[in-house]
Amino acid sequence: MSLGGRLRRAAELVALPAVLLAAWWVTSDGSESFYFPPLREVVGVLPETWFAGGADARIVSDVLPSLARLLTGYGLAAVVGVGAGLLIGSSPTLRALVEPVLEVFRAVPPPATVPLLVAVAGIDDRMKVLVIVFGCLWPILLNTVEGVRAVDPVLADTCRSYGIRGPGRVRSLVLRSASPQIMTGLRQALSVGIILMVISEMFAASNGIGFTVVQFQRTFAVPQMWTGIIVLGLLGVTLAWVFRAVETRVLRWYEGIRSAHRSGG
Amino acid sequence: MLEVRGLRKVYTSRDRTVEALRDITFSVAAGELVCLVGPSGCGKTTLLKCLAGLLGPTGGEVSVEGRPVSGPPPGMAVVFQVYGRSLFPWMTVAQNVELPLRHKGRGRAERRRLVTAALADVGLSHTPDAYPWQLSGGMQQRVAIARALAYEPHVMLMDEPFAAVDAQTRADLEDLIRTLWDRTGVTTLFVTHDIDEAVYLGERVVVLSSSPTVVQDDLPVDLPRERDQLDTRALPRFTELRSRVYGEIRSAQRAASRADGA
Repeated sequence: MSLGGRLRRAAELVALPAVLLAAWWVTSDGSESFYFPPLREVVGVLPETWFAGGADARIVSDVLPSLARLLTGYGLAAVVGVGAGLLIGSSPTLRALVEPVLEVFRAVPPPATVPLLVAVAGIDDRMKVLVIVFGCLWPILLNTVEGVRAVDPVLADTCRSYGIRGPGRVRSLVLRSASPQIMTGLRQALSVGIILMVISEMFAASNGIGFTVVQFQRTFAVPQMWTGIIVLGLLGVTLAWVFRAVETRVLRWYEGIRSAHRSGG
Repeated sequence: MLEVRGLRKVYTSRDRTVEALRDITFSVAAGELVCLVGPSGCGKTTLLKCLAGLLGPTGGEVSVEGRPVSGPPPGMAVVFQVYGRSLFPWMTVAQNVELPLRHKGRGRAERRRLVTAALADVGLSHTPDAYPWQLSGGMQQRVAIARALAYEPHVMLMDEPFAAVDAQTRADLEDLIRTLWDRTGVTTLFVTHDIDEAVYLGERVVVLSSSPTVVQDDLPVDLPRERDQLDTRALPRFTELRSRVYGEIRSAQRAASRADGA
């Protein structure tokens, strides 16, 4: 892409957010409402709310624990989901047996499991990680199953005739071939995971972004509460960016095929 | 080298059975280049899959190098018809050629040597880092051929590999197969529905009937070993052989439709 093209693309990316922020800034500016303070005030308290206090700043004491629980739960769900998805997707018998059960589990809204998990696993990090795992697992698992099922039979025959089997076959054929669907599952799971990270911290916690937002609300520190929501938004956007960068790398071949087909090649 | 005796394949589903192959018997000697030609829908791909150990026959036996085939034989390489789907799109050209060698346990230096040589053999030395989908159909099929060559097979099976490329590319690829066979002497069985292609390429042509399929004829191609797209195809003997195969296939089709009508 040329420099002009890059600038144009960057401008397109930030144009609407800039307009919306400006609109928020202007319309909220003389606000007398207790629950909708001026954006000027919210932005004003943001640095001291999150960054002041050195090692005790909330960015360390709340954001990092939240992030650690999210990544642990998400990572566990990814390993278990992809692993189980490989097994279930490769065996028609196993699939027929477990698919109805999976559909039921997927249909359960994960936040509904929080009271149960609090009872079973207590109110510590274990509970929060489990809630995140339980929510993230299903999109990853079900998408992996679909991807594994869709392996091209000609490629499968090619592997067989060249004696490529076992772990090598999984690595060279099945995982790569299913990677577009696996990435779709991982992307869905990431947004589910962020939601559950916040919700689990609102139930029973002593730190975390969700905990902080609820604390501010209970103490009527409304501008500070708003900064919590903004921090969550920024965290979500950052994680989505990181995900996109990884996805672009992993699925470069897939995008390449699609654009080759589009141009009639 | 490759022996097929009384091969039979019947597909059974809940409501009907289809006899794809009735009774196939032929053999390919070590170092031969044999073309298997038959009308569309005569079960050529079924036959090839049985030979490659990818499909179990209903009856009869296939053996490669004296051993009965019950799964893909280790010394065999297959080039599939649908080149676009037999190359790994997430791997570069060189990685595609190298993959079977990794699983064969070849060392890194030897793999590199084999890949480089195979790509040079098919005229693709300049594109090792391209992805298959960046190449034309003919070039993709060359990659599949390079992968088969690098594997150093004792037998090479090719399933209508040039059915989907344009005429000029097809002629080039045919000459490539002749050249490679001439040089390496690898036993090759080339399946096609194209009578001209079978006679031009083969040292022998095995003619299949319509489904349910039997071997209709097995004739040696006594054309000069040095083949040329213009000169060879202009030889009276080429025309004779071509007409004979064509006649065989037509009479087989007539017999089949009579059998249907009866």
